Amino acid sequence: MEEQYKLMEKEQDKIISDVTSGEYKYGFHSDIETDTIPRGLNEDVIRLISSKKNEPEWLLEFRLKSYRHWQTMKMPRWANLKIPEIDYQDIIYYAAPKQKKSADGINGIDPELKKTFDKLGIPLEEQKYLAGVAVDAVFDSVSVRTTFRETLAELGIVFCSFSEAVREYPELVKRYMGSVVPYTDNFFATLNSAVFSDGSFCYIPKGVRCPMELSTYFRINSANTGQFERTLLVADEEAYVSYLEGCTAPMRDEHQLHAAVVEIIAEKNAEVKYSTVQNWYPGDKNGNGGVFNFVTKRGMCRGENSKISWTQIETGSAITWKYPSCILRGDNSTGEFYSVAVTNNYQQADTGTKMIHMGKNTKSTVVSKGIAAGHGQNSYRGLVKVLKNASNSRNFSQCDSLLLGNRCGAHTFPYLEVDNQSAKVEHEATTSKIGEDQIFYCNQRGISTEDAVALIINGYAREVINKLPMEFAVEAQKLLQISLEGSVG
Amino acid sequence: MLVINNLKAAIEGKNILKGISLEVRPGEIHAIMGPNGSGKSTLAAVLAGRELVEVTEGSITFFGKDLLDMSPEARAREGIFLGFQYPIEIPGVSMVNFMKTAVNEHRKHNGLGPLSASDFLKLMREKKELVEIDSKLANRSVNEGFSGGEKKKNEIFQMAILEPKLAILDETDSGLDIDALRIVANGVNKLRRADNSTIVITHYQRLLDYIIPDFVHVMYDGRLVKSAGKELAMELEEKGYDWIKKEVDIQD
Repeated sequence: MEEQYKLMEKEQDKIISDVTSGEYKYGFHSDIETDTIPRGLNEDVIRLISSKKNEPEWLLEFRLKSYRHWQTMKMPRWANLKIPEIDYQDIIYYAAPKQKKSADGINGIDPELKKTFDKLGIPLEEQKYLAGVAVDAVFDSVSVRTTFRETLAELGIVFCSFSEAVREYPELVKRYMGSVVPYTDNFFATLNSAVFSDGSFCYIPKGVRCPMELSTYFRINSANTGQFERTLLVADEEAYVSYLEGCTAPMRDEHQLHAAVVEIIAEKNAEVKYSTVQNWYPGDKNGNGGVFNFVTKRGMCRGENSKISWTQIETGSAITWKYPSCILRGDNSTGEFYSVAVTNNYQQADTGTKMIHMGKNTKSTVVSKGIAAGHGQNSYRGLVKVLKNASNSRNFSQCDSLLLGNRCGAHTFPYLEVDNQSAKVEHEATTSKIGEDQIFYCNQRGISTEDAVALIINGYAREVINKLPMEFAVEAQKLLQISLEGSVG
Repeated sequence: MLVINNLKAAIEGKNILKGISLEVRPGEIHAIMGPNGSGKSTLAAVLAGRELVEVTEGSITFFGKDLLDMSPEARAREGIFLGFQYPIEIPGVSMVNFMKTAVNEHRKHNGLGPLSASDFLKLMREKKELVEIDSKLANRSVNEGFSGGEKKKNEIFQMAILEPKLAILDETDSGLDIDALRIVANGVNKLRRADNSTIVITHYQRLLDYIIPDFVHVMYDGRLVKSAGKELAMELEEKGYDWIKKEVDIQD
């Protein structure tokens, strides 16, 4: 059975009306006719999603297998998070904008959709976007446009929506999907494996250095809808790619669930840089609404000398549960994790990484900068595991926490499991507060308290922000400033 | 430019300044000397607007405006500069970024647009030469990992960039070797103009060999107990502070 709901709440454009500076800037809702399926989750719903996407049988089987496994699982409770009960039968698992053909037509993009992405600063016309960045734009459950595909195709690079990859490149998808995050991995990843809608797929062939930044922009628009995207990035031997993901959602009083899976594979001598600027709606000042962000991200350095680097700026979401990790299987491979996580008001974050050293001479670096303000709770949780054969492995972890005010909390949970004598593992942790002295010093040079805080925060986070592609570093700085406005003084 | 009238101030309920009156006119250098704990740094803190000092009585005007009514940043933009006794470290914030923000705030206050990146770097370069500061210093984070001497030189460097109307140098000479002392003093002398003034707060006469004050004031127990020309500094160096203490105590 297929029903259609028109979810057309006449919300005013909140950006202009009631959002004062410092509030969430992307909280508007677009009035777009949407094709949604009924709430709830069962095998019929999964078949429906699969049929809407015209999927091959093997993929439906993968989904059903995942769903059956998921039913045997329980939601994890070990994180330092207070998660309200989630009714998984009360969520809509598929919502797609019904695209109207546009008159002036950039390849049949609905003008309303185009307007939404323009407003978010993500123009879908290639000539208008930042030179050197290709975008895959995902709106609720589907990818609505991928730019620069032809340019990339000339180099043999595949960059398209996940659904399309399933149709066009089934062999690649079959070979790699689930190879890093198996469908049994964890509650949320398994749920995603059952119901995932869209996401991006990227394949960089042997010896190719991707000449532009690839990016995916995720937008949740519909109410009561979860977003379950899946991203798969494969860098073949000697390949290089830098990838960026951004995300926003409208302001709503109820929570919304986002459970994504990202898998990265780096073959011999390949390098993948994956950057995230996560700005899902964080909820209001009293902790109402906001996105639950339960994400499984993992990269596999399969070949020797390969390298995977995660950089994340986490400012949004009511709850973040996320541990972008690296499995260092190839000898001499390198994993990196650079993170800035902000929790303000009633936001909670339990985030960190896992570095699994399997190969010889593998190296990992972890730099985590937590910032807690308001009643925010910020936890770093990280595992460094060195297996028996990983001789001469090295890890350096640095976890810093910065507190603004007296009602917030910072926590650090480092786990070390070292099974090889020759491994060198270092962990440093600091907790600090922004000093009155520092603010006064800035004041005395003519800098206002608000600007002083922004300056100090950016200084604190600089090591991580510097890892972002240039175009986004500036954005990230502004975002940090906005998300902490009004938290001091 | 600066008129302090019968200023009394307390920290956590304890009276520190017990009635200070002082006038500073354009072009003048005033030295305030006195034994430790006499209230010299508290006076500097009051002028800069430090919140933890509570003004209980008296007034301060700066070019006719009520200084006590202004926020610390407003005072700075009006042209008051405090050279800190213990300059603060701000990790990760580059001197370039810090000073660019400060300069542009001052410019905004004066109705000017922000300085272009190249003009700003030119300004930094000029001032670096003027105060003989190591050019690497300007590329580092604000005071982070600086030696004591470097921190003090950095204060003078910032002063050179911001060109204040009134600079208050709080024990800028403490902890300096003779070369650093000379550099700091030369900086101050080079920045001296007919329309700006300096208050030098110091414990020792040493700095005053390089910076020649127009007036020397002795502070003791929260009051300015003696004011005279530069010769007073010599006398203090020779005889110490005890004779002044005795004089004051007899009067009391």
